[in-house]
Amino acid sequence: MRLRFVGLLVGAFVFLFPFYYMLVGSLQAEPDPSVAGAFPAGNLTLHNYSEIDKAISLGRSLINSGIFTGGVILGTLVFGVLAGYALARLQFRGRGLVFHLMLLIQVVPFQLLTIPLYVMIVRSYGLADSYLGMILPFAINSTAVFVFRQYFLQLPAELFDAARIDGASELSILWRIAVPLVRPALLTGVLLTFIGPWNEFLWPFLITKQQDLQPLAVSLTNYITTVASRAANPFGAVLAGACVLAAPAVALFLVFQRRFISSNLSSGVKG
Amino acid sequence: MRRGPLTRVLGEHPVGTAFVTPYVVFIAAVFAYPLGFAVYMSFHDYFFAAPGAIVDRPFVGFDNYATVLSDPAVRRAFGNVLIFLVINVPLTVILSLGLSTALNSAIRWRTFFRVSYYVPYVTASVAVVGVWLFLFNSNGLVNSVLGPLAPDPSWLVNSHLAMPTVAIYVTWKQLGFFILLYLAALQNVSADLYEAASMDGAGRWKSFLNVTVPGVRPATTLVVLLATVTGANLFTEPYLLTGGGGPDGASASPVLIMYQRGIEQGNPDVGSAIGVLLVIGVLILALLERRFVGSED
Repeated sequence: MRLRFVGLLVGAFVFLFPFYYMLVGSLQAEPDPSVAGAFPAGNLTLHNYSEIDKAISLGRSLINSGIFTGGVILGTLVFGVLAGYALARLQFRGRGLVFHLMLLIQVVPFQLLTIPLYVMIVRSYGLADSYLGMILPFAINSTAVFVFRQYFLQLPAELFDAARIDGASELSILWRIAVPLVRPALLTGVLLTFIGPWNEFLWPFLITKQQDLQPLAVSLTNYITTVASRAANPFGAVLAGACVLAAPAVALFLVFQRRFISSNLSSGVKG
Repeated sequence: MRRGPLTRVLGEHPVGTAFVTPYVVFIAAVFAYPLGFAVYMSFHDYFFAAPGAIVDRPFVGFDNYATVLSDPAVRRAFGNVLIFLVINVPLTVILSLGLSTALNSAIRWRTFFRVSYYVPYVTASVAVVGVWLFLFNSNGLVNSVLGPLAPDPSWLVNSHLAMPTVAIYVTWKQLGFFILLYLAALQNVSADLYEAASMDGAGRWKSFLNVTVPGVRPATTLVVLLATVTGANLFTEPYLLTGGGGPDGASASPVLIMYQRGIEQGNPDVGSAIGVLLVIGVLILALLERRFVGSED
């Protein structure tokens, strides 16, 4: 029993230490890779944060990340809820087909579609360096559609029958009755949709060349690969940027950890 | 209930079709069409041209595939992914099953452990890569702890250690998700079986092998498949951690080469051929894994 607990503790240390080290490194004026450097006594500064802000404009990058993520969440909430409701509660031709498509595309590796998507969105539609081009391939999160469907399925059928007999349209049933009853599902959908675009690197990296449109994950990467070698304390600045990028996702996760974990379970188990 | 002919064709709630239309259009535009387009490009001499320009892009059969297969960098990248999978997949299964079993019977600090294992998974790879670069640097903390045992050249610039280090990084990053999958699966293993095993005099290790491992086999199949797909998609880590697949291509992944050939060097036809080969490779691996891990179903 004791051995098991020690194993869990070692695991937790391995998982958490890099985060602690990220924070400590971002606050040190000089990089100190020695063992003692991991436990600084005083001498902490916010200098690295102003350095990275000067280099990549943190505010602008955060706004871009926010617009990218917000667009995906909005698309998922509007169109994903509509689709999830129809898949759960409406009988129409092709429902089974759409349902199976939804499951199928979860196993299509997105990276493999990057070349054709790049050709289409950048070359054919001229959407390079635009928020629309960034959002489009992620616009509706299929895992969220699946979660919405599961929640709508759990509502009692009598509720819908009664409203239909009263002559309510499907849209008003969805908006007035179903949506208010599945608010937790909406939160779950938002949370699991959030970490996708917020952390996404490859796609926005491919289509944004203008620095003032790049999300933080992209501008920080460009800093790591190009500027960092010439900076005075490159690691400090990189770690400061990393903290800013990590903070919103980690904070959301800590506050809503129960919802996160249950949502990933339901999406994971269906395979 | 009487059903008119229209109801029979469209279903009871034809408005449902309208509700799913945006989603179906999205799937068609972002998944189905690009998938077909990738296959099309891989069989044609496809190149970038100004929008609207009419250019001839002739059918070239398997030329692009021949180019890809004779490219030593591509072959190396596919070999690298195999090294990656050989390290990452077993390590993921063993560690996540071990930790989730321990966590399942832990009473104290359950939430703390669960949360700490899951934090790397929700954090952007770009952010954690920054710390790993710092930790595994030539004079980084890991090497100062190891002292004389530190490898030379250091982890990420050593051609034998670069890919294994990337594999370990990805294992660490994804493990929390797989631990949760196993935790869910463990809830379905009947407590009676453990009782029966202990009645038969099985120790903790024996009952783990004979009850837990077979009990969570469907989850293991899923974990193996998902880890394989994640490995095949590897891009950000070699791009950043080893400075673009270094040293000298030792940690390049197929997606990285696909990006270099397809977009940086402007040969989307060759890039698509790499992508199609990668999909075929993943499908074959997935079928093999299902056969050997999944079995008896």
